[in-house]
Amino acid sequence: MQELLSGQGLACERDDRLLFSDLDFKLHCGDVLQIAGPNGTGKTSLLRILAGLLPDFDGELFFKGQPVADDPDHFRENLLFIGHQPGIKLNLTPEENLRWYQSLYHPADTDHIYHALAQVKLTGFEDVPCYTLSAGQHRRVALARLFLHAAPLWILDEPFTAIDQGGVKEIEQLIADHAQQGGGVILTTHHNLSLPTELNVIQLGQSHQSETEQA
Amino acid sequence: MANDANPQLAHEKQRVVRREDGVRTSSWRAFTGTLKRDLLLVFRRRSDIVNPLLFFTIAVTLFPLGISPESDFLAQIAAGVLWVAALLATLLSLDSLFQQDMADGSLEQLVISPHPLAVMVLSKVLVHWLVTGLPLTLLAPLLGVMMFLPDDGFGILFLSLLLGTPTLSLVGAIGAALTVGLRRTGVLMTLLILPLYIPVLIFGTGSVIAAVNGMAVAGHLAIMGAMFMTALVLAPLAAGAALRISLNG
Amino acid sequence: MWKTFVAWFHRMGSPKWFYEITGRWIPWFAAAAVLLITVGTTWGLAFAPADYQQGNSFRIIYIHVPAAILAQSIFFAMAIAGGIGLIWKMKVADMVAKSCAPIGATMTFIALFTGAVWGKPTWGAWWVWDARLTSMLILLFLYFGVIALQSAFDSKQSAARASAILSLVGVVNIPIIKYSVDWWNTLHQPATFKLTEKPAMPPEMWMPLLVMVIGFYCFFAVVLMMRTRNEILEREKRTQWVQGLLSEKG
Repeated sequence: MQELLSGQGLACERDDRLLFSDLDFKLHCGDVLQIAGPNGTGKTSLLRILAGLLPDFDGELFFKGQPVADDPDHFRENLLFIGHQPGIKLNLTPEENLRWYQSLYHPADTDHIYHALAQVKLTGFEDVPCYTLSAGQHRRVALARLFLHAAPLWILDEPFTAIDQGGVKEIEQLIADHAQQGGGVILTTHHNLSLPTELNVIQLGQSHQSETEQA
Repeated sequence: MANDANPQLAHEKQRVVRREDGVRTSSWRAFTGTLKRDLLLVFRRRSDIVNPLLFFTIAVTLFPLGISPESDFLAQIAAGVLWVAALLATLLSLDSLFQQDMADGSLEQLVISPHPLAVMVLSKVLVHWLVTGLPLTLLAPLLGVMMFLPDDGFGILFLSLLLGTPTLSLVGAIGAALTVGLRRTGVLMTLLILPLYIPVLIFGTGSVIAAVNGMAVAGHLAIMGAMFMTALVLAPLAAGAALRISLNG
Repeated sequence: MWKTFVAWFHRMGSPKWFYEITGRWIPWFAAAAVLLITVGTTWGLAFAPADYQQGNSFRIIYIHVPAAILAQSIFFAMAIAGGIGLIWKMKVADMVAKSCAPIGATMTFIALFTGAVWGKPTWGAWWVWDARLTSMLILLFLYFGVIALQSAFDSKQSAARASAILSLVGVVNIPIIKYSVDWWNTLHQPATFKLTEKPAMPPEMWMPLLVMVIGFYCFFAVVLMMRTRNEILEREKRTQWVQGLLSEKG
C-alpha cells in the first residue's frame, strides 16, 4: 500500500516539559492509527502537529513521501481534521455551517450538503439554528464534513465525544469504510474501537519513550 | 453513518468529489464563503451592529456635557472628538473579531484550510468594516451637526473616515489576533493597538481641520490612502501569523 | 567571509556558547561604558561651552540625546532579534528580544524625564507637546504594549513570538508615527526652542555628546548581555551545563 503520512524523529516540548521524543510512524493508505495514552501525554498535541496546527516540534513530516513543509497547501487539501471543538456556529443552521465549510474546499453544492446531513441522521434539522440542537447533534454536523470533503487523510480528535452508542457504531463503520477505500485515519479516543481492519496504535507516555506497536 | 437506504447516491457523491480533487481549491471562493458566513452571523445578531454606533453617539455626547456646550468651542474640537470616538468604537468592537471562531473551533478549520491565512483574515476584517467602520462613517456627519462642525468640514469628515476606518480595522485585527488566545485580555488589546492608531488620528483630524480652515486636503487624503494601502498589504500577514501563535496557546 | 558569518550565527544560537562568550565580553564592555560615560559627563557638564540662548540648562542633552537615541535603537534591536527568533526559531534571539524591552522602556523614560527637566527652565512647564517628546511618549506606550503582551502569555515560546510580531509591527509604525507627530507639531505650535535641532553645534559641544552616545551603547550592551544570561540560566536550568555551572559555584 502507498504511504500516506509519515513522521520521523518527532519530538514535542511544551513549556519545558518533554511530551514525546524520537517518535517515528508510518501511515499507509488503508491504515487506521490510534494515538493512545493517559491524559496529558500529548495525544492532542501530536494530532495538532500532524494537522499542521502546532509548529513547535522537532522532526519531519512527509505526505506521500514528500516533506509536508515543501507544499503545505497540497497537504491541507488532502486533510480533514475534526478537533475538540466541532467548529459549529450556533447562530447558523447545519446547512449554513456546512456551506461555509464547503466553500473552503469545493464549489457550492446544496444537494451535496443535504446528502451529507442525511448521512449523519440530521434530515429535518437542516434549517433549524444549531443552538436548538444537542451537543451530540453538533458533533454530527461536524462529522457530516466527512461526506462533504473527500480527503484521503482524516485526523479526528475524540470523534466519539457526545455521540450515542448507535452513532459510535456508525462512525466506526465509516472509519473502516474509509480505510477500505484506501484512505488513512489517525484518531484519539478513550473508547475501545472495534474495527474489522487492523488497528495500529501509538502509545504515548511510556517512560518518556514512545514506540509504535501493533495492537 | 452510511445511509443504507441510499448507497447508490453515496457512491455517486464520492465520485463527484473525487473528480474535483484534481482541481485546486479556490481561495476566492473561500474568501466569499467566509464573508457570507460572517455577514449572516452579524445579520442574526443585529445588536452587534448597533452597539458600536450607540457607543459612538454616547461618547460624543459626553464632550459637551463634560466640557462645554458652547457652540464656538465645540466647533473647534468637533473634528478631534468625532475621530477619537470613532476610533474607540472601532477598537472596542474589534476585541471579539476572532474570539468566537477561536472558541468554537472554526478558527482551526480556517488555519488548516488550503488558503493563505491572510486572505481569510482579510475576509473577516472586511466584514468588520462593513458592519462597524462604514456605519460609523455614515453616522459621523449627523453627530457633526450636534458638535457644530463648520459646514466645510462635513464632506471631508465623511471622506477621511471612509479612508481611515478600514485602516483602523486592519491594524486592530493584529491586536485582536495577538490576544485572542489569552484567557484574560481585558484592556490589553487596547493598550497594544491605540499607539498604532495615532497617525490615522492625526491625519484624519488634520484633514477636517484643514478643510474647515479652507486649506487643501488632497495631501492628507493621499497620506491616509497610503496608510490604508500599507495596512492592507501588511496587516493581514501580521494578523495571520499572530493567529497561528494564538492557536498554539 | 560569509561562511564564517553563518557559522558564527549558528553558534550564537546555542545558549551555552552565548553564555560563555558574553561572559568574556562583559568586562570589556563594562570598562568601556564606565570610561566613556565618565569622560563624556565630565566633559559635557564641566568643559563644554554653555549655549548662547539656553545657558547651562542645555547640558541635559548629554543625557537626553543618548537616551533618546538608545530608546529607538533598542526598539529596532528588539524587533530584529524577535524577527530572527521568529524565522529561524532561535531561542537565544527570543531571549535577547525579551531582555531588550525593559531596557528600552527605561531609556525612553529617561529621555522623557530629562526632556521634562529641560522644559521647566526653557518653557516654564514640565511638559510641552514638543514633537520629539511626544514621539518618545508614544514609543514608551509601544514598549509598554510589548512588555504587557510578553507577560500575558503562559507559554514562553508563544510570548516570545507574539511580542516579536508586535515589535515588528511597531518598527513599521515608528517612522509613520514620527512623521505624523512632526507634521502635527508644526501645525499646532511652531516651537521656538527645540531640544536638539540647533543650527550647527560647535565641535566642543557635540564631541562629548558623541562620547556619551557610544558610552550609552556600551552600557546597553552590558545590561543586555547580563539580562540575557540570566534569562538563559532560568530557561536552561534543566540542562547539564547549567547544572554543572551551579554546582561549580556552590
